[in-house]
Amino acid sequence: MPEYAVELRDVSKRFPGPSGEIVNAVKNVSLQIRDGEFFSLLGPSGCGKTTSLRMIAGFELPTEGEVYIHGRPMGQTPPYRRPVNTVFQNYALFPHMTIGENVAFGLEMKGVPKAEREKRVKEALEMVRLPGFEKRRPRQMSGGQQQRVALARALINHPEVLLLDEPLGALDLKLRKEMQLELKRLQREVGITFIYVTHDQEEALTMSDRIAVMSGGRVLQVGPAHEIYEKPNCKFVADFIGETNLLEGKVIHQHGRQVEVLLAGGLTAHAESDQSLVSGQQVFVAIRPEKMALRPYDGAHNVYVGRVEEVVYIGTDTHYTVRLAGGQRVRVREQNDDPFSRPLANSGDEVRVYFDQTPARVLTE
Amino acid sequence: MTKKRSPWLIIAALAVYFFLYAPIVVLVVFAFNSSRTNVVFEGVVNREPCGPFYWFCALAGNRELMSAAQNTLTIALTSTFFSTIIGTMAALALQRYSFPGKTFSEALLYIPIVIPEIVMGIGILVLFSTLFRFINTTFSLPPDARLTMGLGTVIISHIVFSVPFVTLVVRARLHGFDKSVEEAAQDLYADEWRTFWRVTLPLIAPGVLAGALLAFTLSLDDFVITFFTTGPGATTLPIYVYGLLRRITTPELNALSTIWIALVLVALLIAQRLERRAG
Repeated sequence: MPEYAVELRDVSKRFPGPSGEIVNAVKNVSLQIRDGEFFSLLGPSGCGKTTSLRMIAGFELPTEGEVYIHGRPMGQTPPYRRPVNTVFQNYALFPHMTIGENVAFGLEMKGVPKAEREKRVKEALEMVRLPGFEKRRPRQMSGGQQQRVALARALINHPEVLLLDEPLGALDLKLRKEMQLELKRLQREVGITFIYVTHDQEEALTMSDRIAVMSGGRVLQVGPAHEIYEKPNCKFVADFIGETNLLEGKVIHQHGRQVEVLLAGGLTAHAESDQSLVSGQQVFVAIRPEKMALRPYDGAHNVYVGRVEEVVYIGTDTHYTVRLAGGQRVRVREQNDDPFSRPLANSGDEVRVYFDQTPARVLTE
Repeated sequence: MTKKRSPWLIIAALAVYFFLYAPIVVLVVFAFNSSRTNVVFEGVVNREPCGPFYWFCALAGNRELMSAAQNTLTIALTSTFFSTIIGTMAALALQRYSFPGKTFSEALLYIPIVIPEIVMGIGILVLFSTLFRFINTTFSLPPDARLTMGLGTVIISHIVFSVPFVTLVVRARLHGFDKSVEEAAQDLYADEWRTFWRVTLPLIAPGVLAGALLAFTLSLDDFVITFFTTGPGATTLPIYVYGLLRRITTPELNALSTIWIALVLVALLIAQRLERRAG
């Protein structure tokens, strides 16, 4: 049996809600997180991702199921006896201590001698590119700097797993991009397993080795970024990650992976699915805007006539909103590779929309 | 834009300040009176020892008064120490946990603030006398071992009325307390005990100190409850002064009051500053 850095086995968490009702925050979640992996828990707020992270950290105990860290069941182990450290969303630096005291706190609690503490604090602050900041106070530092201090304070302890709870949520866009790269660099350098909670799909896609998409307390899909994006396994994942066109329809028949779907207005779509479906089943055909084309090409499995309703120029690409003959509205994304970025069609033009069978996924609710 | 103020408003304001502070000013001025009576100001006293501070020095020679002062300080310090601990613990518990009957116990906690002091005084007196009579008779204690009213009962009653004030002040400080710093401490291997001493307490310290100073000043000048719960040998300054007043007031009393006002004022100023820094 392979040993995982963190494993959640059938973990559920129920809270008493504010008016006495029971809130099912996490429902039967099982996850295997590999050693040295950058793993993201991605989902909208209230999907249970933070609760899952807090159960790994030990701030919450599972109602059912068990959390294993490197094969050891955690049971009732309190947070201060777990081999993990956390970077909090609001940094949670100790305001009454200097940066040096903040970073040294974990080592001090472990009883590391002062001389070694000071040496390691110096190294940790250098690692997060804040050398010589020991004497400063948290409130004298910017949000980005505080975030680095929080990272140094966690990483100095060489945890088996580093837990990050939306650590970049409070930063502005530019700083967030910088910190994303910084985090990736740090993770490569220290080789520690990172478990990263975020609601920002772009952040998850750019940083993670693997992503678990969560919704309503459940894990819907786990996989590397391209798999989650290219082969979503359900409507929610397709919709949540990136932009997607969802065309409602009924299964006509399935032949292996290939499925023929009857769309509204009598259109038929050729798409693929990993599931086995039955004829007449209510499904959605999901197709990304960039996998659709207005420029004709040979061998397209699906060709529909439609009318352009809107043209939005965004620099590298142009987005066309097209109303198909069956009444469906789709977004088509075309690259502006023409030297003058001339639009392929104007609002009101009649066009043909082309797409292949492979990127079109048949999904159920 | 400046609005024209009504002269009545200014007069009312002046009247308020006059009635509030004139007695205090008179009291302080008469502490330097050369006459023994508190009727006419006959110029600043200038007598050996201590010159203008003659009455302040005379205080030191008054053994009864010094013992009352000592009692007052003992009671104030002891009751402040315990009420601060209990009040802070209550504030933390109310902030952190939800338990059945929480709203009720919270309401109950604040009752001593709103209930008339005389009611509390009588209540505590009845409780202690019943309890002591029961214990004394049940164990048929010899006369010198019998439980009686004294310093102990005063201290307990002062703790009782100070706790809600401490809890109130500490809770104000805890409001909006970022729980995640405690979690961060626990995440960094500090158990509950060390988390409290290294993170929670330093962060709420201004509130705790403000609460303690409030408890201290409340205890220092409490008359009603002390009057009901005191016993022989446990006379406090307010009780002593009350006893004197019925006979004659001398500038010694004014000197004593002046020191007292200064003490309470300093304590209040510190408490206020701490609270402001906390906010």
